[in-house]
Amino acid sequence: MGEGGAGRLRIGVLALQGDVAAHATALAEVGALPVPVRRPADLGDLAGLVIPGGESTTLSLLLSSSGIVEPLDALIAAGLPVLGTCAGLILLAREVVDGRPDQRSFGAMDIVVRRNAFGRQVSSFESDVVVAGCPGPPVRAVFIRAPVIEEAGPAVEVLAEIDTPMGCRAVACRQGAITVTAFHPELTTDRRIHEMFVSGIKTPHPHKIAIR
Amino acid sequence: MTQEKATARVKRGLAEMLRGGVIMDVVTAEQARIAEDAGAVAVMALERVPADIRRDGGVARMSDPALIEAIKAAVTIPVMAKARIGHFAEAQVLQALEVDYVDESEVLTPADEAHHIDKWAFAVPFVCGATNLGEALRRVAEGAALIRSKGEAGTGNVVEAVRHLRSILGDIGALAAAPREERFRWAKELAAPVDLVEEVAGAGRLPVPLFCAGGLATPADAALVMQIGAEAVFVGSGIFRSEDPARRARAIVEATAHPTDPEIVAKVSTGLGAAMPGLEVAGLETRLADRGW
Repeated sequence: MGEGGAGRLRIGVLALQGDVAAHATALAEVGALPVPVRRPADLGDLAGLVIPGGESTTLSLLLSSSGIVEPLDALIAAGLPVLGTCAGLILLAREVVDGRPDQRSFGAMDIVVRRNAFGRQVSSFESDVVVAGCPGPPVRAVFIRAPVIEEAGPAVEVLAEIDTPMGCRAVACRQGAITVTAFHPELTTDRRIHEMFVSGIKTPHPHKIAIR
Repeated sequence: MTQEKATARVKRGLAEMLRGGVIMDVVTAEQARIAEDAGAVAVMALERVPADIRRDGGVARMSDPALIEAIKAAVTIPVMAKARIGHFAEAQVLQALEVDYVDESEVLTPADEAHHIDKWAFAVPFVCGATNLGEALRRVAEGAALIRSKGEAGTGNVVEAVRHLRSILGDIGALAAAPREERFRWAKELAAPVDLVEEVAGAGRLPVPLFCAGGLATPADAALVMQIGAEAVFVGSGIFRSEDPARRARAIVEATAHPTDPEIVAKVSTGLGAAMPGLEVAGLETRLADRGW
């Protein structure tokens, strides 16, 4: 574990833009050590990474200029556990509908997502959602100008679905070490999604990359 | 599973997503595209930037809905628009246009000298300006889902924004450190509801995000206010009144994302061309920050 971590898993939070602080609070509350990630050097010794909510177009630009794309691509390919919420989900998807043509995506999960699927902010909402693997009552899920998952490949496990004007759509999925939600578990005080992500990190060995 | 819209959490939630970002004033669809290309997290659609409102004088009102629609159609990021202080009918129009945030703004000419808009009555979230903690909490009590410093818009001079930020953050720190029994005196002196004063004292922060606005013109200005404690920045005249708006916009986005990395701020500040011409605050005829209470 990292310095000052004293046995806690070091989980990076991509800190270029978005609700980084809310994720850091949630991670700390489930016993992990949140580490802000802004530069390639920050990616060393992480046991996992959270890509937070924010504006996916902005995050896409800042990822490119910060030089994080290539090393993070390599880490994800090597099996780094990643939790992506909202914009994070968009950045991890294979294909984005209604995004910008130049929008960057890691393509780590075999899903097609539709950006701003519910329309503008006045259509944002919160709702009770049953999430597979979360024991107890439904999760109170906050959807902010949220995307939905239009298609999921055979390797993708759908964890939660909701009824939308477009029909039933997946809003939480898992594929290997990658978990995504269209909603924002970090905006409530319910920590079960973060708990599920952190406790699911099987290898206690941090993923290492060579820092130039 | 019923969907509940327009809760405080949903309204404040969008502001949470804008943290670490730059919200840019735009007056045309073309400028909105430039802003989005440069990495803006949102745009503020208006007919004139504050520097021009200041120069032209007269009554400044809500923008033409046609302009707001054109800007909404041009970009995929959130679109904000301004209503006059107290002008709830303008806010109703903006809500009907489905803007993502309404700015009840001192940059426009106030419509009501005694009452701000009852923002709880709206589904659309509101951002309001504040110069001190009492003003910020009165706006939150009225339903604002996001607070920004007022600064002194249209001047290219960051001094007032810094003053307002330091005042709000300084008082939050002092309040959080004060003994419990002093919270009632704080509420009285701030002219703010005691339950909000209690909430701030306990959390050590506002109940809503705190952004910075008013007079930002350079990447270093953004890095300054982010390090002081702003959670995102609004840039008004500073971008499209400068020599090279696209480059300056991009540079301010980078500086806002990396405020504590002076090497990055130095790199993006290099060869940006002329910033907007600045104004000395002491020489101003109209102090926009004095509007509202």
